Amino acid sequence: MLGLLALIPAFPLLGFAILFVTAGLLPKRWITTIGVGSVGIATLLALIVMATFLNSPVPYTEIVWTWIAVSGLTPHIGFYVDALSGLMMLVVAFVSFLIHLYSAEFMSADEGYSRYFAYMNLFVASMLMLVLADNLLFLYLGWEGVGLCSYLLIGFWYRDPANGLAARKAFIVTRVGDTAMAIGLFVLFTNLGTLDIQPLMQQAVAHWPVGSALPIAAAALLLGGALGKSAQLPLQTWLPDAMAGPTPVSALIHAATMVTAGVYLIARTHVLYDLAPPVHTAVAVIGALTLLLAGFSALNQSDLKRILAYSTISQIGYMFLALGVGAWSAAIFHFMTHAFFKALLFLSAGVVVQRLGEEHDIFKMGGLRQRLPLAFWSFLIGSISLAALPLIDAGFYSKDLILWEAWSDGALGPWLWAAGLIGALLTAIYIFRAVFVVFFGPLQLEPTGLTGWRIAIPLVVLSILALVAGFVEIPPYLGNVPAFSRLMQSALPAPPAPVSAGSSLELMLSAIAALIAILGVGIAYIAFRRRPAFLEAMVQSPASLALQYFWETDWGFDRLYDRTLVRPFLWFARIDQGDFIDRFYSGLASLSRAAYRQLSESETGRVRRYAAGVTAGSIVLIAILVFA
Amino acid sequence: MQHALLLAMVLFALGTIGVLMRRNLIVMLMSVEIMLNAAGLAFIAAGSRWGQADGQVMFILILALAAAEVAVGLALILRLYQRLGTLDADAADQMRG
Repeated sequence: MLGLLALIPAFPLLGFAILFVTAGLLPKRWITTIGVGSVGIATLLALIVMATFLNSPVPYTEIVWTWIAVSGLTPHIGFYVDALSGLMMLVVAFVSFLIHLYSAEFMSADEGYSRYFAYMNLFVASMLMLVLADNLLFLYLGWEGVGLCSYLLIGFWYRDPANGLAARKAFIVTRVGDTAMAIGLFVLFTNLGTLDIQPLMQQAVAHWPVGSALPIAAAALLLGGALGKSAQLPLQTWLPDAMAGPTPVSALIHAATMVTAGVYLIARTHVLYDLAPPVHTAVAVIGALTLLLAGFSALNQSDLKRILAYSTISQIGYMFLALGVGAWSAAIFHFMTHAFFKALLFLSAGVVVQRLGEEHDIFKMGGLRQRLPLAFWSFLIGSISLAALPLIDAGFYSKDLILWEAWSDGALGPWLWAAGLIGALLTAIYIFRAVFVVFFGPLQLEPTGLTGWRIAIPLVVLSILALVAGFVEIPPYLGNVPAFSRLMQSALPAPPAPVSAGSSLELMLSAIAALIAILGVGIAYIAFRRRPAFLEAMVQSPASLALQYFWETDWGFDRLYDRTLVRPFLWFARIDQGDFIDRFYSGLASLSRAAYRQLSESETGRVRRYAAGVTAGSIVLIAILVFA
Repeated sequence: MQHALLLAMVLFALGTIGVLMRRNLIVMLMSVEIMLNAAGLAFIAAGSRWGQADGQVMFILILALAAAEVAVGLALILRLYQRLGTLDADAADQMRG
């Protein structure tokens, strides 16, 4: 049954091809069937493949054909499934299917309905190729494919220039990382002579000593690609603007799947990071910094989707933190739970925004608890899971595992743990701020319209998963079911702290994290529900307002890049407009324009002139033939 | 022999001058006919010079061709006249560059 592997990305790709070629000419029912159905089939196949794999967890490679064969470089169109890529594949396909189903209703009134599903299908196909690729070049194809779809879908409503600007920003900023990654691939290929991931990793271990220059360079360059794609410091500025796209796109691409591609890349090439300790530490530090910075930014947003965008950056920061301390399976575990609860949050936020007539400002919402019960309960469950309230939700188990592994990581460990803990406090505050402001208090805007079953089913399924998905990995002090990390250990090395060790220290740290999360909810309740007078006065003070503005604008990163990079570049382009190369080409253009003007004079439209021309030409020709 | 070819040359030149100088479309068409007949005369003269029937075969071909050409040409002139209200060839110059 593993032979079905290559068909998994093929079906969404076929769906894209049909929808792209027919360009909206098909009846709407067909578009829905093709768009949602192709991903549905892919999900079914992924389930079959994963079930077969779990029966006998041996990595399986399927090479479909040789892509290129030039002087030593022979990348294949080949698929590789092991515990890591299999799990990624299953989560990606399943969440994609739910979001496609949701989109069938959410986007049904949109004139670009067919275009939307074409792009979404292409995205799913690219993402599955990225995850299943057996060599880095094929992975890079999927990597660029998802980047392209991200660009196309952020600028989906292209009539508003602001959306186009956001799309270009996302594309260009991630391009910075992608360039680094491409150079990283060159470094790997020129030094190790292959790009097939498994042989490459063996070669790296065999040829490169730990801490030498080449693995450090290669790992740092690949990390650059991961930072761009996963919106980590310092390339995180594109993700909040990417919320210009439709909400299901934000849920699928900019929360659940594409932005975690960086996490997957690092986990996939983890051998390189083991060979490059400085870069490995940098991953953890970047993750810790990002989760703090994005947490503070999320605290001060008033746009519901931007809160979730910063939250995504922050949660991917946790995954990077886990990767950086060597807790590979914890990072993938958090990827999985995050995919469920963040998709759930975005989808329920989409319902709120759409039912209120495209209102994004949380302070114009309020009291929606009774009016939108489904959206309220879904959002609440997503928030509980995101805030990692103890025991009852998936987010708690994955975040708890990351914090425990961070603590155990040598001298830097407690610092990283503290950063993660502050991040957890911020997470609970900012997400419950949104819950209290949007769903409680007096009703401000009356929702209109109805929500049908195609939106309801994904919300219910994701709600259940956001609660129970964590039970595949239960820490030792609660019953010790490390099923997830045991599965992952067939693909990834064991974490620094043994998962099943079980100690009073671990229990104590977990209790602290749980209390912190509850404390965060309490703070949010007091600050945004009770609104005591002394707090209002403190918030309204000039210094506090300035700080809020600073945080709201992402710690000034946008302004910094605008001043140091964008404006000098535009200035240079402006003053460089008249250099000699431009002169040469504009000279060519004006020369041909002058020649055209001269020649067009002879086109008088008078038939006698033309006849005279033919006669004169014939006379000249005959004269040449006779006299020469 | 020489004379027939000379006559053909003169006729051809006259026809050419007629096409180039006159603006009336009917007269231009007539001038084209004169040019065709000049060519036909040259074929006849050449055929009689070498005692071959080919020249006369060619002339009959030219006759048929001229008939077809006049039919198409007159139809075009009629359409032009209906459109422009004049037979002036220079009036039909909308296709200038």
